[in-house]
Amino acid sequence: MNRLLYFIKKESLHILRDIRTLLVVIGIPILLMLLFGFAISTDVNNINVAVCAPVRAESIEKVISEMDNSELFTFKGYVNPDEIDRALRSGKVGIVVVFADDYDRIVSGRIPDEKAVQIVLDGSNPNVAASGAAYLTAMLGGMGSEAGLVENHILYNPQMKSAYNFVPGILGLIFILVCAMMTSISIVREKELGTMEVLLVSPVKPIWIILSKMVPYFLLSCINLISTLLIAKFALGVPMTGSIFGIIFISLTYILLSLGFGLLVSTVTDKQMVALLISGMILMLPIMMFSGMLFPVENLPAVLKPFSYIVPARWYIDAMRKLMIEGLEFSGVILEFSILCFMTVGILRVALMKFNDRLE
Amino acid sequence: MGVLRTLIIKEIRQFRRNPFMPKLVVMFPLMLILVMPWIATMDVKGINVGIADYDRSDISQKIVSRIDASEYLELKGMFADYPSALAELEDGKIDLILEIPAGFGKSMMGTPEKVSIWANGVNAMKGSLGSQYLMQTLLKCFQDIRASRGLSIPESTIETVNFYNPTMDYKHYMIPAIIIMLLVMVGGFLPAINLVMEKELGTIEQINVSPVNRFAFTLSKLIPFWIICLIDLGICMVLAWLVYGLDVAGSIWAILLAAALFIMVISSIGVILANLSETMQQTMFLMLFIILTFILMSGLYTPVESMPLWAQKLAFCLPPTYMVELMRAVYLKGATISDLWINYVALGGFAVLFGVLAAITYKKRG
Repeated sequence: MNRLLYFIKKESLHILRDIRTLLVVIGIPILLMLLFGFAISTDVNNINVAVCAPVRAESIEKVISEMDNSELFTFKGYVNPDEIDRALRSGKVGIVVVFADDYDRIVSGRIPDEKAVQIVLDGSNPNVAASGAAYLTAMLGGMGSEAGLVENHILYNPQMKSAYNFVPGILGLIFILVCAMMTSISIVREKELGTMEVLLVSPVKPIWIILSKMVPYFLLSCINLISTLLIAKFALGVPMTGSIFGIIFISLTYILLSLGFGLLVSTVTDKQMVALLISGMILMLPIMMFSGMLFPVENLPAVLKPFSYIVPARWYIDAMRKLMIEGLEFSGVILEFSILCFMTVGILRVALMKFNDRLE
Repeated sequence: MGVLRTLIIKEIRQFRRNPFMPKLVVMFPLMLILVMPWIATMDVKGINVGIADYDRSDISQKIVSRIDASEYLELKGMFADYPSALAELEDGKIDLILEIPAGFGKSMMGTPEKVSIWANGVNAMKGSLGSQYLMQTLLKCFQDIRASRGLSIPESTIETVNFYNPTMDYKHYMIPAIIIMLLVMVGGFLPAINLVMEKELGTIEQINVSPVNRFAFTLSKLIPFWIICLIDLGICMVLAWLVYGLDVAGSIWAILLAAALFIMVISSIGVILANLSETMQQTMFLMLFIILTFILMSGLYTPVESMPLWAQKLAFCLPPTYMVELMRAVYLKGATISDLWINYVALGGFAVLFGVLAAITYKKRG
C-alpha cells in the first residue's frame, strides 16, 4: 500500500510540475462549456429573408415588420426580381418572399385564382426550408382559420432552449476526450523516454502501476467535473432536478472509463504521437457520430445503430439527459449505469492484460 | 529554394516511413465520407405520436388515418387519457402527444374547444419540427372535414418554390460540411503534432543550428500536409459523387482554390500552437480546443444565425465560417467566385496572417 502511495506521489508530481499542461487541462473544459453552452443551438431561427415587391404597398410593409419582429426571421432588405437567384446563391438570404403586383386586390379576394405571394426557398438546407415555409405560410394567413383550433406545448424544455439539450452532450464529449488524452501518453511516454525500464525492474505489480497512473488524473478530472457542473447549473441554468448523487456517481464512472480507455491506448501503442492521435482525433469521430450528442440516436440508419451501443458516450449522454433535464431519479438510469460499469471493468481488464504482455 | 525542396523531401520520406500516418490519412477520409452523411442527416423522420383521445368520435379516426399517411409521423398508440400518454413520452417511446378534448368533434365548428400538441422538447429539433408536421397534418385534416360538411375552404394564395437541392436530400447539404471537418482535423492535428514531436524528441535542434531560415522551415512543415489534405479532398469529392451522386454544381476550381487557402490557414494554426507549446500533449489539447470550436461554431452542424449575437460575431472571426458558407454555395447552388469574393478575400487574409504568424512564432533560440 505504501508503495502505491509513493507511486501516486511520483505521478502527481509529474502533473503538478507541468503547470502549463495543468492549466490547459483545467481551463479547456471550462471554456468549451461556456462557449458551446451559450452559443450552440440546433433551433432554426433568424432566417435571413429578402423581399421582392414591385409595389411597396402599406399592407406589404406591415407583413414585413411582423416578419422581422418574429424570432424566426430577419428582414434583410428588398431585392429586384433579377437579383433573387443571386441573393439565394451567395447565401446572403435563405428565403425570398415575392409579392404580386396586385397583392392587395388578390388578398381581399377581388382577383380570384391568382397567387398573392410566392415564397422562394434555398432548399440546400431542407430543415430551414421546411420550417421557414411552414411558418411563413402560417404568418401570411395561408392556412385559413383552422390554425386557431390547435394549441402547441413543449414539455421539459419550455423555451426550446437547446443549451439544455446540449449540456449532457458537451459533457460526454469533453470528459472522454480530455481524460483519454491525459492518460493515453502516461505509459507510452515512459516507453518512449526509456524510463519504463526502471518501472519494470521495480517490485511494483502492473496493477499498481496502472492504478498509480490513474489516481492523480482521476482527482484532476474531479476538479473538471465540479467546474463543468457548476457552470451547467449556475451559468447555463440547466435545471438538474434529478438526483444530484446520480449525476455525480455516473459521471465518475464515465471518467474512470475514459481514463481506462486512455491507458488501454497507451499500453497498445509505442509512440506518443500515435497514442495522442488515436485518443484525440480518431476517438472524436465515433463520439460525434454515435453518441446522440448532435444527431439523435433514434435517427441512425438501422445498419449503423448497433455501433452506437458500443460507444460509451451514448449511454452517458442518455443517462445525463434523463437526470439533468427530465429530472428522473437514479433508478431511472440503472440500465445505462450498469452498461457503463460493465464497459469500465472490461476496458481496465484489457488494459491490464495488454500491460502484462509488455512485461515479458 | 533548394533548401526548401530538401526539407520537403525529408518530410515526405519521414511521413511515408511512419507505419501509422499513411494509413491514417487514407482511412480517415473514407470513414468520414462513407459513414458520416448517413448519420448527420438531421432529417427528422419517424416521429412517434401518441393520441390521448377523450373524444372518441369519428374525428379521431380521420386524424389517425391522416397521421398514418404522413411520411414523417408514425402513430405509436392510442391512450385513454393524457397521464398514461405522458408516461410513454417520459420513457422516450413517443415524441408527441396529441390530446383531443371531449366533445371536440361536435364543437369543432364554433366553440373554442382546441386540440393540444404536447412535444418532448428535450430534443429541441425533433420537438419543434415534429409539432409543425403534426400541426400541418391536422390542418389538412380539418380542412377535409370542413369540406365534407359542405363548408367552403378558402383557397391558398401562397405558392412555395424550392431552389437548389431539388431532392431535399439532407445528406447533400451535409457532405460539403463533412469535407470541411476532414480538412480541419487532418490539416490541423497532423502538422501540429509533427512539429512538436521534433521539439520533444530534440531533432529540431539540428534545424536550429542550421542556416535554414524560419520561412523555409515553416513552409516545409506546411506544404506536405497541404498536399495530403488536397489528396484527401479529392478522395472525398470522388466518393461523394460515386456513392451519393452529389456533383459540384459550381466550378471545381472554385472549390480547389478555397480549399488551398483554407488548408493553409488550418495548418498554420497547428504550427503556431506547436511553436507555442512544449509537449505533444499540450499541443493536442490546445488543438482539440480550436478544432472543436471550429467544428461546432462555424455553422457546420448548427446554423450560425440561431446563435446569440456575440457568438455570431465570434463566428465571423473564425475562418471555417467562411469556408462552410462557400463550400455549400459552390457545391449545391453553383455559386461563382465573384458571388463569393468576400469569402475568398477573408480566407486569403487569414492564410497570410496565420502563415506569417506561424513563421514568426518559430524561434531558433530555445
